[in-house]
Amino acid sequence: MKLKKLALGSALVLGAALTSVSGIAADKVRLATEGAWAPFNFIDSAGKPQGFDVDVAWALCAKMKADCEVVTQDWDGLIPGLKVRKFDAIIASMSITEERLKVVDFTNKYYSGGLRFLGLKGEAFNIADLKGKVIGAQRATLGAQYLEDNFADLATLKFYDNQDNVYLDLVAGRLDVVLSDELPTFDWLKTSGNGDKFEFKGDAFLKEDNIAIAVRKGDKLKDKLNKALDEILADGTYQKINAKYFPFSIY
Amino acid sequence: MDFSVIVEYFPRLMQGTWVSLQLIFLSVVLGGIFALPIALARISKNPLISGLPFAYIFFFRGTPLLVQIFLVYYGASQFEVVRESFLWPILREPFWCAIIAFTLNTSAYTAEIFRGAIQAIPVGEVEACKVVGMTKVQMYRRILLPRAFGIVLPAYGNEIILMLKGSALASTITILDLTGMARTIIARTYTPIEIFLAAGAIYLVISMVVIAIFKQVEKRQNRYLGPNPVKLPDDV
Repeated sequence: MKLKKLALGSALVLGAALTSVSGIAADKVRLATEGAWAPFNFIDSAGKPQGFDVDVAWALCAKMKADCEVVTQDWDGLIPGLKVRKFDAIIASMSITEERLKVVDFTNKYYSGGLRFLGLKGEAFNIADLKGKVIGAQRATLGAQYLEDNFADLATLKFYDNQDNVYLDLVAGRLDVVLSDELPTFDWLKTSGNGDKFEFKGDAFLKEDNIAIAVRKGDKLKDKLNKALDEILADGTYQKINAKYFPFSIY
Repeated sequence: MDFSVIVEYFPRLMQGTWVSLQLIFLSVVLGGIFALPIALARISKNPLISGLPFAYIFFFRGTPLLVQIFLVYYGASQFEVVRESFLWPILREPFWCAIIAFTLNTSAYTAEIFRGAIQAIPVGEVEACKVVGMTKVQMYRRILLPRAFGIVLPAYGNEIILMLKGSALASTITILDLTGMARTIIARTYTPIEIFLAAGAIYLVISMVVIAIFKQVEKRQNRYLGPNPVKLPDDV
């Protein structure tokens, strides 16, 4: 008798859980960001995701008149999470790359990036001198891939779970140079208090790096997002968000 | 599912496996060496001797291994003093930071296992040692430690397997161990299921080898107990 009750109870709970899960999947648009890529996406002191990506996400949702939720997920779990429908889109400063296009679709770009080296102030820098140096980058980023393709046999490469840990090891002296996206590093130099010790090295490259929102292959959400993106670019909403974070246009 | 990526990246997974094996072997051996004196001090009835090992075991069993790794790797390097000390050549290497964290962690657990084993020896045997006039050192060397070694084996084998799985955390401090290598491969191929399945299978094989070795050692160490005295009837 007791067992029967228990079985019935757990069946009810399971049923409730299943309906609530499918309920979320049906009408809410879940947008995932990383939360460790200031000023594009970061977690504020109240534990909420903030930043350029998140502002753009909410602006797009307002245009789409959709019920949205912004969730956070570690960087290298973003694409796997999208594939298994834990969320419906990734708005996390993700570059469009050939490899990623094989597994997800991208909207039009919402800003463009570029890679740049970062190192100790005052040290001479030449890309040919990177032989034998220790270079750090965040795992599964454009920068990490560029290093693997071009420096795998020349230098010691170290890959980190998030950009904060890259900076920590640069400050600790374990890394000679860092390769990362220019814009967040611009912000780090300005706000972290390390701007007097470190500086950009060389010019930015791969400037044609287009940052866009990733959706599942064939998902109609892509067209809706593109339409909303055109709208916020046309009516000045985008420019307002841009000005909040950078004194120059990053589109 | 695309299993060709496993074949393509198998050599790199093997490189990672080799790093994992080095990490586990070194930290288990070093941890075992430290564990014995810690366990003996912990047993002492003198609180001045047993206090420090107690605090040590309490701390390392009571905090997550990930926190311990981060404290050694990112924590220590924040201090100018550490960065300028003679220890920096070691502490700047993620490999040695992992070895330090793993060794401290496993030695705390192993010390507790040793202590349990020594205290599990029947009082009668300890009394017998005293009656024949053995000194404390003789008693430990001849009777207690060899006896404890037999008792400790199943729990110790378990600890090594826990360490094997804990070693995956080395990937969080840039080490390309089996897990780190798998994650780096996935960053390029976006095939998490295939590559993690392969990595999981490799961990499983290593566990099986550890279990098999311990089974043999256990059999040999406890052979004085004779074959299983309880014989089950055939027709049940």
